[in-house]
Amino acid sequence: MARNSHSRIIGQFPGFGKFTFLFFVYLYLPIIVVMVLSFNASPAATVWGGFSLEWYGKALANADLRTAAWNSIQIAVSAALLSTVLATFAANTLHRLTGRKDATLAQGVIMLPLVLPEIVMAVALLSFFSSLGVSLGKGNLIIAHTLLCLPFAFLPIRARLQGMDASLTEAAADLYARPFSRFRHVTLPMLMPGIVSGFMLAFVVSMDNFTVSLLVSQAGSTTLPVFIFGMLRVGVTPDVNAASTLIILASTALVVVSFLLAGRNPK
Amino acid sequence: MSTPANQGKLAERAGMLPAALFVAAFLLVPLGLVVAYSFMPANSFGGVDPGFSTDAYRNVLYEQRLDGSFRLSAAYLLIVWRSIYVAGLTTLIVLAISLPVAIYIARQVPRRRTFLLLMVTIPFWANILIRTFAWILLLRDTGVINGFLTALGVISSPLPLLNTTGAVLVGLVYTFAPFMVLPIYGRMERLQQSQLEAAHDLYANRWQVFRHIVWPAALPGVVAGSLLTFIPCLGSLIAPELLGGGKQMMLGNLIYRQFSEARNWPFGAAIAVLLLVIVALIGLVQVYLARRKFAGKVA
Amino acid sequence: MLDVTHALELDLVRKTYGDPLHGHQALTGASFHVKDNEFFTLLGPSGSGKTTLLRLLAGFESTTSGEIRLYGKPIQSLVAEQRPVNTVFQQYSLFPHMTIAENVGFGLKMQGRPAREVAARVEEMLALVKMEAFRNRRPAQLSGGQQQRVALARALAPKPKVLLLDEPLSALDLKLRQAMRLELKQLQAKTGITFVFVTHDQEEALAMSDRIAVLADGVIQQVGGPREIYDRPANLFVADFIGDNNFLKVEVLSRQGATAMVRGAGIEAVQARDAAQGASQGTLMVRPEALHLSAGEGRVRFAEKARVLADIYLGNALTYVTALPDGTHLNIRDEDARRAAKPIAEGQTVEVWADAEAPMLFDGAGK
Repeated sequence: MARNSHSRIIGQFPGFGKFTFLFFVYLYLPIIVVMVLSFNASPAATVWGGFSLEWYGKALANADLRTAAWNSIQIAVSAALLSTVLATFAANTLHRLTGRKDATLAQGVIMLPLVLPEIVMAVALLSFFSSLGVSLGKGNLIIAHTLLCLPFAFLPIRARLQGMDASLTEAAADLYARPFSRFRHVTLPMLMPGIVSGFMLAFVVSMDNFTVSLLVSQAGSTTLPVFIFGMLRVGVTPDVNAASTLIILASTALVVVSFLLAGRNPK
Repeated sequence: MSTPANQGKLAERAGMLPAALFVAAFLLVPLGLVVAYSFMPANSFGGVDPGFSTDAYRNVLYEQRLDGSFRLSAAYLLIVWRSIYVAGLTTLIVLAISLPVAIYIARQVPRRRTFLLLMVTIPFWANILIRTFAWILLLRDTGVINGFLTALGVISSPLPLLNTTGAVLVGLVYTFAPFMVLPIYGRMERLQQSQLEAAHDLYANRWQVFRHIVWPAALPGVVAGSLLTFIPCLGSLIAPELLGGGKQMMLGNLIYRQFSEARNWPFGAAIAVLLLVIVALIGLVQVYLARRKFAGKVA
Repeated sequence: MLDVTHALELDLVRKTYGDPLHGHQALTGASFHVKDNEFFTLLGPSGSGKTTLLRLLAGFESTTSGEIRLYGKPIQSLVAEQRPVNTVFQQYSLFPHMTIAENVGFGLKMQGRPAREVAARVEEMLALVKMEAFRNRRPAQLSGGQQQRVALARALAPKPKVLLLDEPLSALDLKLRQAMRLELKQLQAKTGITFVFVTHDQEEALAMSDRIAVLADGVIQQVGGPREIYDRPANLFVADFIGDNNFLKVEVLSRQGATAMVRGAGIEAVQARDAAQGASQGTLMVRPEALHLSAGEGRVRFAEKARVLADIYLGNALTYVTALPDGTHLNIRDEDARRAAKPIAEGQTVEVWADAEAPMLFDGAGK
């Protein structure tokens, strides 16, 4: 048979597709194992004892776990709200002042929580709150989480601003809108998907945070990951699998929604 | 927008002040406090006593005997070295895994690309504690891997997988792979297909295209991804704590223990300052290289 | 000075980016006026400063020095939202999150007009641009031409004293662009609003404008009506930028009043309008359509011998590319030659005649 075409596709390297498949197996296998075992009637990881919701019942019946989950939600909502508000104003101003030295510096400061090792921030915050001598309870964690969430809330809003046509605010000015009206009627509505996306990412960051929470939380303000860590220290029991599965599903749902919102074209 | 009427300088900048001041008050001030603590005497109930002391830094290099004399000790330097070694090895493994994945995803049709990207992102956001804990289920003596191998008859007694440096590496690579895939992908997505076509047109084979077109284009993403992997790895707490069983001590859990069980805050603060200095040095080198090599290309 | 209030008056308006002394001079001391109810065009190549000038008029950027008066009142200290001028943007810049009606009503709403008045004016404007059926759509659901009409309605709704249009037709395809030219012209007449129109397309400028200002390198080269600019360009740049032209190196034999006798390699001694300011050498400009292949009334002999190199046939015009004995190219667009049954073959030698009034002499070397 005559060979009348070659099979090479430009930009594709042989084997990369299969490698990527294996990569995703590596990425998802542990998560899937946790989920599957959470429905395993047998407490042993290697024996399938049939489908059961027993561990979910046990996890949900744990009052301390419920309290920790409620703490996490309260802290995450507060921190996400606070960081999104701070980030929205900062992103808008920094976008306007792009290229100025003080703006570059301010942006660097706001991004700092993203680049510093978390353990260093954790002990810094612990030292700070203990030296103040006053405890705000959950307030301490809200402040700490707001700090950690700030870059995550900031980035999608900033990205959205960069994708926005600068002539739109000029058009608004041309049509007699004063600075505040321009922000209120043009910039803010166009930023909304970025703001919502930033809020959700901030929420997930706060819900998932472990290291800072471990050091900053106190008796009354234990968060869900810190509580689970405590359970793990006692021993790996199947109700941890059930709680973990619920947490993974919740954050996955939030990330997917946030991704869809951020992906919507600004035009 | 620049307009004829000059708005006040402060008014123009008002929007960025709350966020910047928040970070200054709740991060920069606390960091200053950590530096201060590292030069103060320890209080054995936690916290510090007033005064000035360099004991914390001396403790890094010397061991204090019961009689009060000091002896040179490499124990903590070994932890510093292990942290750098583990973080470096993790970064290399993550890079080797992520490069083909990022290139593959970037060359897909847009719909599939978006889907695969989301698939990379989801574990990135899933709780890091739970994702690390999942590896316990896989690696422990009664875990999935050992159970599977025993059932197949490959092994008769469980392999010691958990509580090893290897287990810490597996957990860290697993945690940080998305941190490398995403920045490299960002660079690859911008690489125009026509550039690859032009290179082939000018007689480059696949390897030469990779060497001369793809790799240079990916490099800024590789640098960004390496920093995003290496720095958090250095101070990681969860993987050495859960998968290393606390035996494979790294800087992260060393600092944590000084502030919790050991109650030697100044020593923990000194280690934290050491970690900060390492990170700052890396940052400086990166800025220097970025200015020299890709002048203006690294965003 | 006549006692007439112009729509716009510019006095030595200068705009420098960066350092005031050494920065980039986008506009160097522009002075001209725009009459009331005029269709005025700023014409120039990209980077000539025309868009900068428009942005200074709109108030998006501030002047470095100079004065801008709108109906006699200085406005350079007013920001965009304080100036009673509105802009039609090049990419339309419609607000994507608002409906068409909301877009059109935005300016009036910002001025704090009552809702009822806004609604009435929006309907009036939508009717004016024939977009009533689209009032509840979003900009993304509209074609380029439709977005263009909405952008016009939005800018006209607050009844601006001057309407600024920044290359509004450049994003449209050719047929639509030509239709919109006429429509814009009619709209201007209907509304009685002064239009300041920016374009790089000289044909567009000639077709639509009452008067044109030609810009290059941040300098106003010439201000005048379309005919004046085409027939009496102020300098070689304008001559070259507007329409097609032939440029020949010549020396001046003698001068008398406003005319000069000139001669160049391969051409006869011809009389030319003198804009060379006394120079003994210069560049002779003559448009292709002022050159002919036969003698006739009002024509003078221009060149004894020109060799035909090629013909360019465009249907409504035929241009012969010829070479004079010294090698200089001469383009000839002769109406009679177009109608002739048989084209002149390549390589043949022809005699060239020119309209007596057409040749014009400029100082300098030209292109």
